[in-house]
Amino acid sequence: MRDSATAEGTLARWALIAIAVAFLGLFLALPLLAVFSEALRKGFDAYLASFNDPDTQSSIGLTLLIAAIAVPLNLVFGVCAAWSIAKFDFPGKSLLTSLIDLPFSVSPVVSGLVYVLLFGAKGLLGPSLSDWDFKIIFAVPGVVLATVFVTFPFIARELIPLMQEQGTSEEEAALTLGASGWRTFLTVTLPNVRWALLYGVLLCNARAMGEFGAVSVVSGHIRGLTNTMPLQVEILYNEYNFVAAFAVASLLAGLALLTLVGKSFLEWRYGDGLSAVRRP
Amino acid sequence: MSVAVPSRGLPWTLAIPKPSAMPGFGITFGFALTYLSLIVLIPLAVLVARASGLGFDGIWRVATTPRVLAALEVSFVTSALAALVNAVFGMIVAWVLTRYRFPGRQVLDAAVDLPFALPTAVAGIALAALYAPNGWIGALFQPWGIRIAYTPLGIFIALVFIGLPFVVRTVQPVLQDFDREIEEASATLGATRRQTFLRVVLPALSPALLTGIALAFARAVGEYGSVIFIAGNMPFKSEIAPLLIVAKLEEYDYAGASAIATVMLAISFAALLAINLLQALSRRRLGDA
Amino acid sequence: MPIPYSRRFVLAAAGALGLASRAHAQTPPAVTLTNVSYDPTRELYRAIDADFAKSWLASAGQKVTIRTSHGGSGKQARSVIDGLEADVVTLALAADIDAIARQSKRISPDWQKRLPNNSSPYTSTIVFVVRKGNPKGIKDWPDLAKSGVSVVTPNPKTSGGARWNYLAAWAYELDRTKGDQAAAEKFVGAIYRNVSVLDSGARGATTTFSQRGVGDVFISWENEAFLILKEFGADKFEIVVPPFSILAEPPVSLVDAVVDKRGTRKVAEAYLNYLYSPSAQKIIAANFYRPFKPEQADPKDLARFPKIRLVTIDQMFGGWTKAQATHFADGGVFDRLYKPGGTATR
Repeated sequence: MRDSATAEGTLARWALIAIAVAFLGLFLALPLLAVFSEALRKGFDAYLASFNDPDTQSSIGLTLLIAAIAVPLNLVFGVCAAWSIAKFDFPGKSLLTSLIDLPFSVSPVVSGLVYVLLFGAKGLLGPSLSDWDFKIIFAVPGVVLATVFVTFPFIARELIPLMQEQGTSEEEAALTLGASGWRTFLTVTLPNVRWALLYGVLLCNARAMGEFGAVSVVSGHIRGLTNTMPLQVEILYNEYNFVAAFAVASLLAGLALLTLVGKSFLEWRYGDGLSAVRRP
Repeated sequence: MSVAVPSRGLPWTLAIPKPSAMPGFGITFGFALTYLSLIVLIPLAVLVARASGLGFDGIWRVATTPRVLAALEVSFVTSALAALVNAVFGMIVAWVLTRYRFPGRQVLDAAVDLPFALPTAVAGIALAALYAPNGWIGALFQPWGIRIAYTPLGIFIALVFIGLPFVVRTVQPVLQDFDREIEEASATLGATRRQTFLRVVLPALSPALLTGIALAFARAVGEYGSVIFIAGNMPFKSEIAPLLIVAKLEEYDYAGASAIATVMLAISFAALLAINLLQALSRRRLGDA
Repeated sequence: MPIPYSRRFVLAAAGALGLASRAHAQTPPAVTLTNVSYDPTRELYRAIDADFAKSWLASAGQKVTIRTSHGGSGKQARSVIDGLEADVVTLALAADIDAIARQSKRISPDWQKRLPNNSSPYTSTIVFVVRKGNPKGIKDWPDLAKSGVSVVTPNPKTSGGARWNYLAAWAYELDRTKGDQAAAEKFVGAIYRNVSVLDSGARGATTTFSQRGVGDVFISWENEAFLILKEFGADKFEIVVPPFSILAEPPVSLVDAVVDKRGTRKVAEAYLNYLYSPSAQKIIAANFYRPFKPEQADPKDLARFPKIRLVTIDQMFGGWTKAQATHFADGGVFDRLYKPGGTATR
């Protein structure tokens, strides 16, 4: 009763918890449960057998390959952007920060469309690319580009606020003591931001592996060649192979869960460094 | 993605350059700008250029055909409603996660990010399976003649799903940092719990809340993968704007597709900008800087 | 621990690269063909491709791998126009291949005359699928326009099969009224008023009807209707064959620019010719398509196809080019049906 002035009564408290749990259960747990229950509908053997399909295996390989290219690219960009934005003042800084966020507000379909307009056979650069016999659209480079576009802001978005908050005094001290710029970055800045960096990489990776709309526009859906896992889910689903479709989906959902576990682990282990990221 | 609240101050303002002892500006800034231009800016500029081939009149004509207007309305109205529902329930979830300790809290906290990580196509198929007339949830509503999947209600459900983490993740850190002493002071002055919440807590949270709503809204307007599986795609009823872009493409009408895309981009960007301004104003009014 | 995680990540990435390079290492002596096809032909081409690869290895001594891509016919044509490197296209209707020829010039304009039967090695038609026992008593096209009947058909804008569905209904009313176009528009509008879900492709519509329990009747390719019974059980669905329907002719063609550039013309031509061979015609009938040469198919398979009065698109609509422009172009009759106040929205 003592702190009733600043807290709700027990009843209200449990009612709120119940609402939150019900809401999250309805919108998060049920869809997840549906994925796994459909995947296991015909038993565990049928589930495992779904992964024997060479097309499914190649889609898993392609998805891993794409993430292996897109994530490091966005990682380097994120670090560069955060370094220049957080450690320096220059005109147009807010504009640059806003532009980095732009891909968040672009429809995935549009992200695919822009690359078709640019590299398609009837696009701006399409004819010259075709002269050189270099394929972007309907080949792996196009799928990589679309993925890089949609996952573009993730790592930069994690790093910028944290590095802004940390300021430049530690780096300046290191520089005064005679350390080189690169050494300062490696020994001072990087340790300060490594958990935020890893966190950004985790989310960027999850989205890179799971992107559907943008990739679907530029992939061409060639079996065993340009199909990523989410596209393979759609294809299997359209072949009435529901168990296999949901089995691949469950792999992606499993990845999502793993990402969340990894993220929670980071938060629990290094809570301070991470919650600082969240602070505006 | 954890939604970091955008940096302080008005967007688009110019900062004053300041000499710095720090090295590496040229190379990092140069790389970031080049990469940004190559991946994002040039492709988007091509889109706008392609649409502007129609001229302003042409874009206007495409965007104001009844079919396109209806689809834009479906997209923007369902997105707005979904963002509002997420605002209310997102607030409750954020409140519960920061203020209360109960078993399973951490699991709940982790689960909030699921829509960020789950592929949209998977989400769409799972939601369609759940909310179809013969699905687990759809079957519950069937006896009352309420159809969820293949109606605008289905679109709404999918958009609530994908927008869910935004409000929670923007409000949560602010609530965590919120000074409980202010609430105590309010209570000491005789305010009821409800008054304290409405007059003291809510105004302090409103900038973050607005950002969350804006992000959820912008994301929802463009959403495609999860929606087409559950929308029904009926012209004038449950057809979303991104689907029309795809349909235009399939008619080989690239300019028309670019025109709708440009209009959508402009509207959602304007909405984001407006909310950013509103947020900056309310920050200044609250003197929180 | 985060370090092992990153190590695992590197290993996974290396594994992915290894996988990709192994896939490439197999290709040099052999040849690959890409067949870009429409939605319901997945099972058909899976069987045909395996058979063709075997016979090509035996006759030409060359290993051939056929890669396939499936999707809505219009979407697939659009991808080829935008640069998808298809050696052959096997689409739902001639208008889509015409579009590739016209828009990209990668296919010779006289493509349809290069192979027998208007370049259609198989044909099909449009029938109805209803729920077991046919609770709404659907027998013929007018039953679809009755109030209280819920119809599932894909969107003609994005699906080739849906365009055949639409034209079959139009042809029915045109035939009944001896050529009254206004009556046909009213009739087709009344059917679309009963449509509750317009999926973007034939396969999506099939799933909506069969798995999600939406609709009383599903307008479908005949081959797809048989497949629904096979996949989801004859105890749940029935095929209703209307006495009158349209002869659907899904055509095939080489993509000249691609086969010349890749040097695959010989094997691609052999692949398309093979579709007319006795063994392919047998596979075609076994997969529920009507073979061009029925005498080469298994009589048991042929017995499944009911006798229907079939009209062609040339008879009723003066060819695909004209039908496409009148009905499905931007602002065409189909768009008019869905205008506010159009016959499908009233």
